[in-house]
Amino acid sequence: MKRTDDFQARRGHLAGLSDQQLHERFWRLADQLVDPLLKMGREYTSPAIERSVLLRMGFSSLEARQLVEGCTDQQLLAHGAGHVVYRFAKAQGLDIRQAGLKLATGEHWAQARELFTGGAAR
Amino acid sequence: MSQDHLNPEAPIDLSAILRDLDQYRPRRRGWTWRKPAPGLKMGPFTYRDCTEPLQASVPLPPAHYFGGIDPQPAPVITTEIASGRFEDDIRRMRMAAWHGADHIMVIRTAGQSHFDGLIEGTPQGMGGVPITRKQVRAQRKALDMIEDEVGRPINYHSYVSGVAGPDIAVMFAEEGVNGCHQDPQYNVIYRNINMARSFVDACESKKLIAWSGMAQIDGAHNANATARDAWKVMPELMVQHAINSLFSAKVGIPKENICLSTVPPTATPAPCVFMDLPYAVALRDLFAGYRMRAQMNTKYIEASTREATVTHVLNMLISKLTSADIQSTITPDEGRNVPWHIYNLEACDTAKQTLVGLDGLMEMVQLKDQGPLREHARELKERAVLFMEEMLELGGYFAAVEAGFFVDSGNYPERNGDGIVRRLDGGIGAGTIVLREPDYLAPVTAHYGYNNLEQYGTDDPASLIGGCTLEAPEKIVYIDELDETDNVNLRMAEVAEFTQPGAGKLRPEMEWLADGTVLVTLFFPTGRKVAEAAALEFGRRMNLTDVEVINREVGHPVEGTRIEIKGKVPFSVDIDSLVIPEDPVVLDDDALRAAIEEKPMRVVCGTVGQDEHSVGLREIIDIKHGGIEKYGIEVHYLGTSVPPEKLVNAAIEMNADALLASTVISHDDTHYKNISRIHQIATEMGVRDRLIFVAGGTQVAPDLARQAGADEGFGRGTHGNHVATFLVQRRQELAG
Repeated sequence: MKRTDDFQARRGHLAGLSDQQLHERFWRLADQLVDPLLKMGREYTSPAIERSVLLRMGFSSLEARQLVEGCTDQQLLAHGAGHVVYRFAKAQGLDIRQAGLKLATGEHWAQARELFTGGAAR
Repeated sequence: MSQDHLNPEAPIDLSAILRDLDQYRPRRRGWTWRKPAPGLKMGPFTYRDCTEPLQASVPLPPAHYFGGIDPQPAPVITTEIASGRFEDDIRRMRMAAWHGADHIMVIRTAGQSHFDGLIEGTPQGMGGVPITRKQVRAQRKALDMIEDEVGRPINYHSYVSGVAGPDIAVMFAEEGVNGCHQDPQYNVIYRNINMARSFVDACESKKLIAWSGMAQIDGAHNANATARDAWKVMPELMVQHAINSLFSAKVGIPKENICLSTVPPTATPAPCVFMDLPYAVALRDLFAGYRMRAQMNTKYIEASTREATVTHVLNMLISKLTSADIQSTITPDEGRNVPWHIYNLEACDTAKQTLVGLDGLMEMVQLKDQGPLREHARELKERAVLFMEEMLELGGYFAAVEAGFFVDSGNYPERNGDGIVRRLDGGIGAGTIVLREPDYLAPVTAHYGYNNLEQYGTDDPASLIGGCTLEAPEKIVYIDELDETDNVNLRMAEVAEFTQPGAGKLRPEMEWLADGTVLVTLFFPTGRKVAEAAALEFGRRMNLTDVEVINREVGHPVEGTRIEIKGKVPFSVDIDSLVIPEDPVVLDDDALRAAIEEKPMRVVCGTVGQDEHSVGLREIIDIKHGGIEKYGIEVHYLGTSVPPEKLVNAAIEMNADALLASTVISHDDTHYKNISRIHQIATEMGVRDRLIFVAGGTQVAPDLARQAGADEGFGRGTHGNHVATFLVQRRQELAG
């Protein structure tokens, strides 16, 4: 889109504002721009976020990648990759790291999937 | 040997840095500002805006006139170091710290933004360094020692961006990285990473940045470097700053750790201060409480390092007239190559020199409250408000990006239709975000957003797993190397004979150990094209390989051209084969006084030829400068522009023991011709054998002075005790 500089025509409603009022308006607009972005951040997750959770749970970057790919394939990512490992560990009586490494072998995803058929109420 | 502290007289041992890295833990987290020292006294001066001095540093070149002082200005000073080989960068970081840098920023290798996960090991980079846990750990460990050596904390910094932002943010939080770039808009506009993914990931990254106390720098300055007419994107820059700053603050980063990366958008020959100052003022008005990271202009940088340096000094004038919490430095060679060691150091010195030189300025000058400064600032703010109003009318941030709002070269509301357009369903990582289920859980600290802890009856997510790596760093899994063919061990083995400590060979370098790169400046009395061809030919005949012209500056279209070439020297020298002159023996003050008391000495001196310089010689003779008078030597100073005949005659008339001639003008070897002349006259008059003849001057080389006929020559850096020692020893020799 091309448009000539019509600043003078557009600024009518700003011309009478004090500097303080202009600043307040600037930050109010900024609020309106970022709030929907933050809301999306609260409600969604991503492979990178889930890898970062697994890193914090004591997995290497290579292991975290394998586990997130597994969760994505099994459509479990929405429950949280760390959650999948956590529930699997509880169910198997393993510690977190042993459970994750076992899942990373790729042979136990069916068992993990069964742990998420119900889910908790939000 | 396990090295845990540095000896200022010994090279850093990179092998020791790399040893036991799996055991390394950072000793602190978070950002550190300099400590103000108002009223600081150093040497003969009082400083108003400086900070606590360093315990070890390289001061500015003229510091020796003022007792070697090295005042440190208020802003944290950044230097960007990333040659592609992190091991060589560690040596450069140590040099930069000695030159005043306390913010070391590591640029990432090309392509890391699109790498979906952490890179591990130590592969070589291109245009930057692959940021990996091992590389970060090694550099942070080295900086721990370097900061102890210089006596000031050093902030270590890299980038939390790309499609692996949260992965990197975790690693940085774990490894004690102190600062980072994080701005989802950068991903969107410059890296074409999907918009939704970028903002969702950014929430998690920023949560980790907040947890670890890192300072965060945004990416707005890139619009300035990208837009066709950089000075027209100022309204947009304010909008970009607002989006990232407020977004970050709402995730939880304290405002005092949120830094706006702001560049004076224009450069000479534009009237840049007039254009850039209102922008800087408007920004600081609107963003009170946030921090300013004053970046320098790179948009218009050319290959002349002088020109770039002046631009950067003008940029720092803006910093001084407004404010800067972090003063970035751009290496003046940025327009010609990946920065070399010497230019990082020059850039740090330029910042230190400028800001120390402007110390106290704002106690004397004030920006006007009326006139074009405030009018332009107000206009910029209004344009930014209009920009955001239209974004919201369109439907918000994503809609505005889809409409090409950003990096349009029009001065908003003018639009040129050349903005960068991204689609919400496009870009790298499109379609990868997932809506969290009601039972979603992340059992870790510093996690953003919905996290169903109720289902497990806790409010501390990490307690579910007995603490995550942020509480229990022993859980971190350290990977050493993944690529057997591309790692630091192989690179270091290739240059083992050049590696300190214990190097046997030496070769010049600009960025990597033993890279052989040299810079040669040539001037030809021709136009540019002939000069360039000639420069390449001369470079080859100097036995350089890979010769390349990296700068050309026209003196006149046909009268002359200045050329700079780089090339590589294909040989090295054995350090043992070098002839290194011994430091002169200097007698102590008591011994000198005793020798003169036992046998008095009379000296005649003056500046010879048509030369009015007197400062250097007076420093050598005057008692108040620690000159030779203080040892009891009787000095007869004849003044300046003394003809050689007069100097010799005076020595004869006064029956002097010695004759001191200062000769400063070096054009056409005038200084050595003067020395020869004095030697010749004294010989003809039959007194040369009994007169000690000493010559000095800033351009006097001792061996050439002796060849010209003096008994000894003294150059720059000479003090009275050097000359007195020579006089006493020479007199003993003559006496047999």
